[in-house]
Amino acid sequence: MSRDDETPDNLPAAQGATPEPVVIDVRQGMFGASDGGDTSGFGGLVTNVLFPAAAARPYGGYFDEIADQLERALVGGSASYAQAIERVVVDRGEMTVFVAREHILGVARALRDDPALRFEMCLGVSGAHYPQETGRELHAVYHLLSITNGGRRVRLEVTCPDDDRHIPSIVEVYPANDWNERETWDFFGIVFDGHPALTRMFMPDDWQGHPQRKDYPLGGIPVEYKGATVPPPDERRKYS
Amino acid sequence: MTEQTRDIRATSVADAKDDEGAHVYAGGGDWDAIVDEAASLHEERIVVNMGPQHPSSHGVLRMIIELDGESVTEAKAGVGYLHTGIEKSMEFRTWTQGVTFCTRMDYVAPLFNETAYCLAVENLLGITDQIPERATIIRVLMMELNRVGSHLVALATGGLELGATTVMTIGFRERERILAIFEMITGLRMNHAYVRPGGVAQDLPPGAIDKVRDAIPLLRRGIGELERLLNENPIVRGRMVNVAYLDLTGCMALGVTGPMLRSTGLPHDLRKSDPYCGYENYEFDVPVRDTCDAYGRMRVRMDEMYESLKIVEQAADKLQNTPGPVMVEDKKIAWPAQLAIGSDGMGNSLDHIREIMGTSMESLIHHFKLVTEGFRVPPGQAYVAVESPKGELGVHVVSDGGTRPYRAHFREPSFNNLQAFSAMCEGGQLGDVIVAVASIDPVMGGVDR
Repeated sequence: MSRDDETPDNLPAAQGATPEPVVIDVRQGMFGASDGGDTSGFGGLVTNVLFPAAAARPYGGYFDEIADQLERALVGGSASYAQAIERVVVDRGEMTVFVAREHILGVARALRDDPALRFEMCLGVSGAHYPQETGRELHAVYHLLSITNGGRRVRLEVTCPDDDRHIPSIVEVYPANDWNERETWDFFGIVFDGHPALTRMFMPDDWQGHPQRKDYPLGGIPVEYKGATVPPPDERRKYS
Repeated sequence: MTEQTRDIRATSVADAKDDEGAHVYAGGGDWDAIVDEAASLHEERIVVNMGPQHPSSHGVLRMIIELDGESVTEAKAGVGYLHTGIEKSMEFRTWTQGVTFCTRMDYVAPLFNETAYCLAVENLLGITDQIPERATIIRVLMMELNRVGSHLVALATGGLELGATTVMTIGFRERERILAIFEMITGLRMNHAYVRPGGVAQDLPPGAIDKVRDAIPLLRRGIGELERLLNENPIVRGRMVNVAYLDLTGCMALGVTGPMLRSTGLPHDLRKSDPYCGYENYEFDVPVRDTCDAYGRMRVRMDEMYESLKIVEQAADKLQNTPGPVMVEDKKIAWPAQLAIGSDGMGNSLDHIREIMGTSMESLIHHFKLVTEGFRVPPGQAYVAVESPKGELGVHVVSDGGTRPYRAHFREPSFNNLQAFSAMCEGGQLGDVIVAVASIDPVMGGVDR
């Protein structure tokens, strides 16, 4: 196949306004080996890591209802739906709403207080670190549950750049997030502004660094067994 | 800092230098305000550190309790003493090896950790519908037995913390029957790594169903013994009724789930509200109480054990009529080895070793590829929750398309429920702190992960 085949003219026609999947990483090679000569040819392989694209209406299931009600509930608030919501992803039967970080508190309050939404339980926040996503390296992912509406679930995702690691705290709306935000600060270094006492949850108070970030080493140690040395897990071959 | 305190510090630094070299002092805060506040309070104000090593702190939990006489004015929980970095370690192993790590979180309910994680991985893989029915029923059977075991530990250690040794001996005696079943089926009493992405590691060995059936009446009798000992016991009632009160509003605000939530009268149970593993096909009730106190939680746990045994019986019946594989058919995912229980736990069966080492080169390659490299999971994220004995155990996994989890986070019910510790203890008596923690039933392996 020549390079010419990859020109845009040769690609299938774009499907209307179908949004593109999100490229979160570009991976090279196949077996993780970067040293030595590449005799297999797999070293030249380039793969894009694609996360699911923004969903187009209808989302299916109760997800459309959630989006409609949220749009209605945000009217008259600090930000409209279009301002507050970056995109909605529906994947594997789960709905993820990407919220602009300055509006997370308003969106959380609408989701909790609006009778038609009524997500009364926040099941915590989980951090994730994507060093390749420049400008949105750190993600905070909230899982909400509505017992009133028969166990509906929705996930909120907020991003912040690594050089400005601030996200407004939602503890005043969901006190349940108190310890969870402390955990995410501890492990990812995301500062939740407005948290009543943002101290480390698990690591000692004088610990340096945030251990679950991707740039923090695992710190494995080699193990000697019957004269041979087994390298630590972070130095073994990886296949991706 | 006032002139006076600066002087004091200067002198002490000088003295220290004379004695044994330089000392480092913590500073930087406005200590005057803190000292004044302390002085203006009652003179009997005492701060007590209970734990992290204390017989009634329910594991390595540190309780920082401020007392005015016997009354608790402020209670804080300090956790992290058992943090082992399970989530980080999982990022450096294959998806299947992850089971070995997460089973060690809440070590009293390991099968729930394994199942929740595997359901999440299966959701990411998109193979939820392909899991063989027999594997799903075995998962249910094991989880419900485990729920009984976990509740028995909750009652046993709770009793011990109140000074009732007999409660402990009965509880652990009955749990031993369940652990014997687990040992027969998985090879281990805990840290099983039995549930795997795609199914379970191995089918039930011959005689396992009979052993389960034999154990159920004995367990019923043992739980009945605990009920007769505890339910109307005046000391138990005196220690537990109206103690560690947390109502529905408190539970909602603090994200409390499980028996604590059901003791406020709300019959919320994920097995009913959002069934997984085919729970909709089993007949069972969700026990509730409306007392919102430690006694109600104890009774909810008692009742739940009977309901779990009902599910175990139904699962045992189903298993007898459901033959078939216990691992997904897709050979790109299914663990290639056939396992067997040997004298040292579960390992590769001799038949499988004979096949890969003696007869089939292709089998060896296939085994090697899957075991060392693992399978790839399409990029994306998933959140799957199961009803563990402590409440909603949620797993958030992210895949970047590789052979290892990009991120795995566990929403541990013990961790979330322990947040309610302050709300339940402040304003009460010091002795009630122990009851409150016992009624939360936190397992520190799960809290700290």
